[in-house]
Amino acid sequence: MKPAPFEWHAPATLDAALALKAAHGEEARFLAGGQSLVPAMNFRVAQPAVLVDLNRVAGLDSILASADGSLRIGAMVRNARLEADATARATHPILAEALAEVAHPQIRNRGTIGGNLSHADPASEMPAVMLALGARFVLRSARGVREVEAAAFFVAPLTTALEPDEMLAEILLPALPPRTGSAFLEVARRRGDYAMMGCAAVVTLDAAGRCAAARLAFCSAGPTPVLAPRAADALVGSAVDEAAIAAAAAMAKEEVDPMGSVQASPAYQRHLAGVLAARALRLAKARAA
Amino acid sequence: MTQRIAIEVTVNGTPYRREVEPRLLLSDFLRHEIGLTGTHVGCEHGVCGACTIRLDGAPVRSCLMFAVQAQGHAVATVEGLAPSPAELSPLQQAFRDAHGLQCGYCTPGILMTMSAFLEENPDPDEEAVRHALSGNLCRCTGYQHIVDAVLLAATRLKGG
Amino acid sequence: METRLVGRPVTRNEDPRLLTGRALFVDDVELPGMLHAAFLRSPHAHAKILSVDVAAAKARPGVHAVILAEDLGAYWQPGPLLVPPPPIPGMVFNQRCQVPLAKGVVRHLGEPIAMVVADSRYVAEDAVGDILVDYETLPAVGDLEAATAPDAARVHADVAGNVAAEVRQVKGDYGAARARAAHVVRRRFWYDRGASVPMETRGIVAEWDAKADRMTVWDTTQAPVVIRNGLAAMLGLSERQLRVIAPFIGGGFGPKMMMFYPEEVLVPWVAMRLGRPVKWIEDRLEHFTATTHERGQLHEAEIALDAEGRILGVRDAFLMDTGAYNPYGLTIPLNSQCTLLGCYDVPAYESRFVAVFTNRTLCTPYRGAGRQHGVFVMERLLDAAAREMGIDRTEIRRRNFLRPEQFPHRHGLIYQDFSALTYDSGNYAPILEMAKDAIGYDRFLAEEQPKARAEGRHVGLGIVCYVEGTGIGPYEGAKVRVQSSGKVTLATGIGTQGQGHFTAFAQVVAEQLGVDVRDVEVSTGDTDQFDWGVGTFASRGAVVAGSAAHGAAMAVRGKILKLAAQHFECAEEDLVLEDGKVSIAGVPGRAIPLGRLAQMANPLRGAVRPGTEPGLEATSYFGPEMGATASGVHAMVIEMDAETLRPEILRYVVVHDCGTVLNPLILAGQIHGGVAQGIGNAFFEQIAWTEDGQILNASLADYLLPTALDVPRMELLHTVTPSPFNPLGAKGAGEAGSIPVGPLYAQAIEDALDLPARGIEITEIPLSPSRLWEICNPSG
Repeated sequence: MKPAPFEWHAPATLDAALALKAAHGEEARFLAGGQSLVPAMNFRVAQPAVLVDLNRVAGLDSILASADGSLRIGAMVRNARLEADATARATHPILAEALAEVAHPQIRNRGTIGGNLSHADPASEMPAVMLALGARFVLRSARGVREVEAAAFFVAPLTTALEPDEMLAEILLPALPPRTGSAFLEVARRRGDYAMMGCAAVVTLDAAGRCAAARLAFCSAGPTPVLAPRAADALVGSAVDEAAIAAAAAMAKEEVDPMGSVQASPAYQRHLAGVLAARALRLAKARAA
Repeated sequence: MTQRIAIEVTVNGTPYRREVEPRLLLSDFLRHEIGLTGTHVGCEHGVCGACTIRLDGAPVRSCLMFAVQAQGHAVATVEGLAPSPAELSPLQQAFRDAHGLQCGYCTPGILMTMSAFLEENPDPDEEAVRHALSGNLCRCTGYQHIVDAVLLAATRLKGG
Repeated sequence: METRLVGRPVTRNEDPRLLTGRALFVDDVELPGMLHAAFLRSPHAHAKILSVDVAAAKARPGVHAVILAEDLGAYWQPGPLLVPPPPIPGMVFNQRCQVPLAKGVVRHLGEPIAMVVADSRYVAEDAVGDILVDYETLPAVGDLEAATAPDAARVHADVAGNVAAEVRQVKGDYGAARARAAHVVRRRFWYDRGASVPMETRGIVAEWDAKADRMTVWDTTQAPVVIRNGLAAMLGLSERQLRVIAPFIGGGFGPKMMMFYPEEVLVPWVAMRLGRPVKWIEDRLEHFTATTHERGQLHEAEIALDAEGRILGVRDAFLMDTGAYNPYGLTIPLNSQCTLLGCYDVPAYESRFVAVFTNRTLCTPYRGAGRQHGVFVMERLLDAAAREMGIDRTEIRRRNFLRPEQFPHRHGLIYQDFSALTYDSGNYAPILEMAKDAIGYDRFLAEEQPKARAEGRHVGLGIVCYVEGTGIGPYEGAKVRVQSSGKVTLATGIGTQGQGHFTAFAQVVAEQLGVDVRDVEVSTGDTDQFDWGVGTFASRGAVVAGSAAHGAAMAVRGKILKLAAQHFECAEEDLVLEDGKVSIAGVPGRAIPLGRLAQMANPLRGAVRPGTEPGLEATSYFGPEMGATASGVHAMVIEMDAETLRPEILRYVVVHDCGTVLNPLILAGQIHGGVAQGIGNAFFEQIAWTEDGQILNASLADYLLPTALDVPRMELLHTVTPSPFNPLGAKGAGEAGSIPVGPLYAQAIEDALDLPARGIEITEIPLSPSRLWEICNPSG
């Protein structure tokens, strides 16, 4: 299990990194934290001819909060740092809650949020969280810059909307409105494993305590992270009581499309989607109140 | 033509200069280029934790980094834990006293993980130790004596 | 002797080296000019090899050799039958052993086809990728029942029905027992494959020293002497010319004892041929197909009981997946067959098994080695019988225990060690009582469970019994020597994989010789130090090699006393051996250090008296006629999340009887580790095969070893029923922890979820949340 040969570049600037990627196209891969790419290379499942190592690129590792509570997160922010970041924990506590489930501290010390999202593993926690938070991603290339909705970024298993010359440079998280609660829950075989099913719930209550807005997203629930808009919409206007939660969970179960894995049959995964949707909604509502 | 890169990596305080292929894993660099074989390799896909080292203080998997990426960084391995060749560190001593190892293959990675853990959590409870340990697999001990060893080390380090 | 060392929790002699990174493991061996091997392995479970093109691989810079089966000439031959089957009347046994490199056909995923030797492992893997092979895939044999059909595809073209072996053993008259039974329970049980997955994979380094005319092999084997002897014969070397070293080994658990793994015969051969040291280290991906597995049995079992729940007889028929080849004979199924009887008095037993060839990785013993299958069947039968007959599950066990006066107990079956299955000693009822007390059995059933259920919690208890045949022959040996420094060396031939042999054996020797346990330097697994012995398996190291060490130490003690008595001109009875010196009782100041005596025993001038050997050294061998049967009870309280079907173990109690305890610290570690592997086997670990013989989870991300959060804190209690069959009174403990965990999970989960009330029983292992959900929701 040793990687195949490759040509290695470690540019110091973003422009240089983007130029290298433009020059080498699909032959090249960006190397961020490497916690998914390097194992794939060790198994020789991935054999990129060129690696453009982003670890020496300046300016990709900031966490910037605006006064309104929105966040800009650089792609090279290590997951452990994002998990521990006091500002992010205050503005978007679901990030730390979900990151705690991403592998183990040794992996999070090295792995980056941008690398995690660009890997686009449908079993990964963070893509689902991004959908639940309504994130937008800043994609850069030597040609320029564009923004996409997180929901449009994830195209298929391990496949994103990135063009061969593009990189995910920044993650934009809108501020959560007042009286918003969130929760991330998953069921995995062991701590740190990919979830058999995971659910991110964000619930905003109005002044009267009724649901003003809700978002539900799942990992390990289909070829990409899966939003459950029907279930979420059904909650709006409700008191998010047990009956409303049960109805939403039942809908969410129908909105996911789990593919099954070595660890879980699709039927069990679908069952879990309902269980976790109900639990996450309860928790999110309690946190919103 | 194989690319070779000159690097300098500081390991346990000693700088090492080598020319390596970019694809050389940091774990192989430590073990086979500079002969520090205390860092063990158990899976080469980042799951078992046997190869855990500290990179600028943070525990990371050395099998998921290329040696060239360690250029200019400080690496700590199990060989650097003991204060002298004749002594054990408090954590190592606690592992001996509590029988926290059997075959000893996973032990270096666990020591590197737990040395960092105890620096950040000097007064952990059993649950916290087990969480911190969950990224290192051990096939021999059933973990109980490892947990005991870490708790014993914490007590001793606090001066208890 | 004043100080008893045996039985004390001495910390380990080997730990400082292991804790500081100084211990030598096979992959730590670095030799000048060393080359590295990698293997091309079959991507198919079953295929004809039509052609192999190695031209590009050979042409790659840095490649020194690419070896195919035909390059091996006469060296290519099937491996030996490592463990021949015992002489059981009427037995069928079809020997088909593995080959070094596949020739013409591959029979399991990962079977090696070509070996590449190159400057580095990296380049060797590049060259493996250069090799082009044309395959014609053949139907893969996997399902055990389908495999035995007359028209089934064949793993070996000349073996119809894929029958590797068929054995029937009988005691008493089961038919008659059944005829007069008040109650009969019949069930079908499935116990699937697992893998040992030591943290260190296998590896081998071979160096041929042409000038010394000797070869040295470092091997991750549990049986270095056996490997040395076999390999020397294969390579045409004398045994003196081959040194096999099993240095520190990163866990064995059974599969590191094989003869031979293909790599084990190929690496030394190619090192000799190239005149360069060669290293091969198995990677984790290879490990899942190239290192042997265990398990995979399908049982149809029946138990007949009288109206009081006393066992009248048991009948069992099972199919056993032996993989593509069967070099390990019948060890696993015989263990299953014999251990099924458990702690119980079973007057009539009829057991038949068929070992089946499949297109899967070979099965050889892994911790428990088939014992857990037998225990699973019997304990589940008793659970069902207790429920159906309205008898408490612990009471039905108590009623059927062998009683103390029935030992030694001959079962009338033939065991894996060829001896008549005999339990040496045991006292089972107190163990069960201790376990019930410790887990709070009565209070749990009367108060805690009803209370928890009323709160909507799903809490259950499991309690199961087991025996473990341990410490079997044929023999081990040990050599003890007092050095002129006064320190003592002990050498034995078994390999060590973390069992604390450096300490436990040192305790045995130090106690006899009155020296500090730190002053006994133990050498294991180096054939230059000691080259008689069999290996570390079947929980026998402490019992068999420990007894040999005891014997050798006793002999050296005799020599010390004899020489000291001559020196002091006193009677041996007046001498005291302690603190590394011999003194005369009651005469302070009259003492001589052991080192001085060792020098006197090995003089440079003068004469050693006729009939006396020089030195303070002795070698002793121990060969038990039969093994020692350990026993125990595991109990746990589990809480199930009824929605996700994830369990949480709230309490775990082990009561264990392994006779005389050498070192309670090491024993506890063995039990803990065994339980952890048992938990893995019961709830986490399962090789996921596809129908065409591919493995879906050949990585540690997908094949789930339990973590520190999955193994509970264990409460350990012991009773001691010494074995009469060895001088230490010891019984093995290495495998005990792992054996009863399957039925324990099954019983506790059934109890927690109240499954029998819903007509649901758990009859398979391993379980998982997903599988439990399917079991609980059969309609989906």
